[in-house]
Amino acid sequence: MIYLNLCIEFFKTGLFAIGGGLATIPFLAEIGRSTGWFTQADLADMIAVSESTPGPMGVNMATYVGFTSAGVPGAILATLSLVAPSIIVILIVYQFLSAFKDNKTVQAAFYGIRPASVGLIASAGLGVMMLAMFTSEFNGDLTAFLGSANVKVIVLAAILFVITNFVPKAKDLHPIVFIGISAVIGIVFHFAG
Amino acid sequence: MLELFITFFKVGIMTFGGGYAMLPILQREIVDNKGWATEEELLDYFAIGQCTPGVIAVNTSTFIGRKNGGIIGAIVATLGVVAPSIIIITIIAGLIQNFADLPVVKNAFSGIRACVCVLILNATVKLVKSAVVDGWTAAIFALTAVLSFAVDVSPIVFVMAALILGILIKTLESKRI
Repeated sequence: MIYLNLCIEFFKTGLFAIGGGLATIPFLAEIGRSTGWFTQADLADMIAVSESTPGPMGVNMATYVGFTSAGVPGAILATLSLVAPSIIVILIVYQFLSAFKDNKTVQAAFYGIRPASVGLIASAGLGVMMLAMFTSEFNGDLTAFLGSANVKVIVLAAILFVITNFVPKAKDLHPIVFIGISAVIGIVFHFAG
Repeated sequence: MLELFITFFKVGIMTFGGGYAMLPILQREIVDNKGWATEEELLDYFAIGQCTPGVIAVNTSTFIGRKNGGIIGAIVATLGVVAPSIIIITIIAGLIQNFADLPVVKNAFSGIRACVCVLILNATVKLVKSAVVDGWTAAIFALTAVLSFAVDVSPIVFVMAALILGILIKTLESKRI
C-alpha cells in the first residue's frame, strides 16, 4: 500500500528533520534508496524545482516526491504527513509557553534566544547571498572565487538595497513587488549567464 | 478563519526559497498589516521553529495560527501556507519536464535571488533592533552569526546555548541588584 507507506515515511521526515527544508534532503534521499520510488538524480531535479518555485522548500519537496511516487493523492498525502508532526509539536510547545510566559526564567531564556535567532537568520542570509552572487564556492583560491562573481546580481542587489532603504515611497512597497520586478530584470538581462 | 487561510496562502505563494525567505513576507503581512504578532513574537516563533521538528516556515505558521485562532487556526494557517506548494508543484511536476533547466526560469530565479538577499538583509536589520537590547544580547547576536556561518553545527546548539546564557545573565543581574 503505497499511500500508507508515503504517510509513514513523510511523517518520519517531518518528525526528525530539524532545522528547515534543507534538513529534509538526507531523509528524502533515504526514502528514494529504500523504496525505489525515485532515483537520486530525480531528487536533484526535485530540489532544483523546489528552490525555483514559490512556497517553503521543504513543503515543495514533499509535494514533488509524493507526486512522483503516487500522483496527485500522493502529493497531498506526503505534504500533510510532513506537516502533521509540526502541528502536534508546536501546539504542545504553545500550550507550555502560554502557561509559563510570565515566568522570570522563561523570559530570561527568550532574552538570550532572540539575539541568537537573529544571528542564525543573518548567517543564513549571508549563505543565500554567497550562493546568489558567486557561481563557485570559496575553496582557498581567492582570485577564482572573486572571478566567479555574478556582477549583474550584485548590481541589482545594490540597487534594490538603496531603493528599499532610502527611497521614501518605494520603501513601503510590498516585498513581492520587488521580487516580481527582479524576476523580470533577471529574464531581460539574462542573469543566469 | 477564512482570513487566516487567505493570508497564509498569500505568504506561501510569495515565499521563494526556504523559511528564511518567508521572514520579510511575514513581517509585512502578519506584523505590519494584520498585527497578529509582534516582531519579538515572530523572533521567538522562528527560534522555536528552528529547534522543533519540521519545516521552519510551517512551524512558524502553525504558531501564528494557534495564537490567533486556537487549534483550528493552527491547522488552517498551516494548510494555507502549504496549499500553493501542492497546487504549483503538482502542475509543474505533471506538465513541464526539466522546469528548473529552462533558461527563462534560471534567469528569473537568479534575479529573484538577488532580491531575496536584500529582503532578508533588511528583515535582519529590523529584527536586530528588537532583539539586541544591551551589550550581552549584542554579543550573543554577533557570536551566533559568525560561528553558525563558520562551523557546520545544528541551529539547536546555538539556541540551547543562548537559552542557558540568557538565564545565567539574568540570574547574575538580579543577584547584583
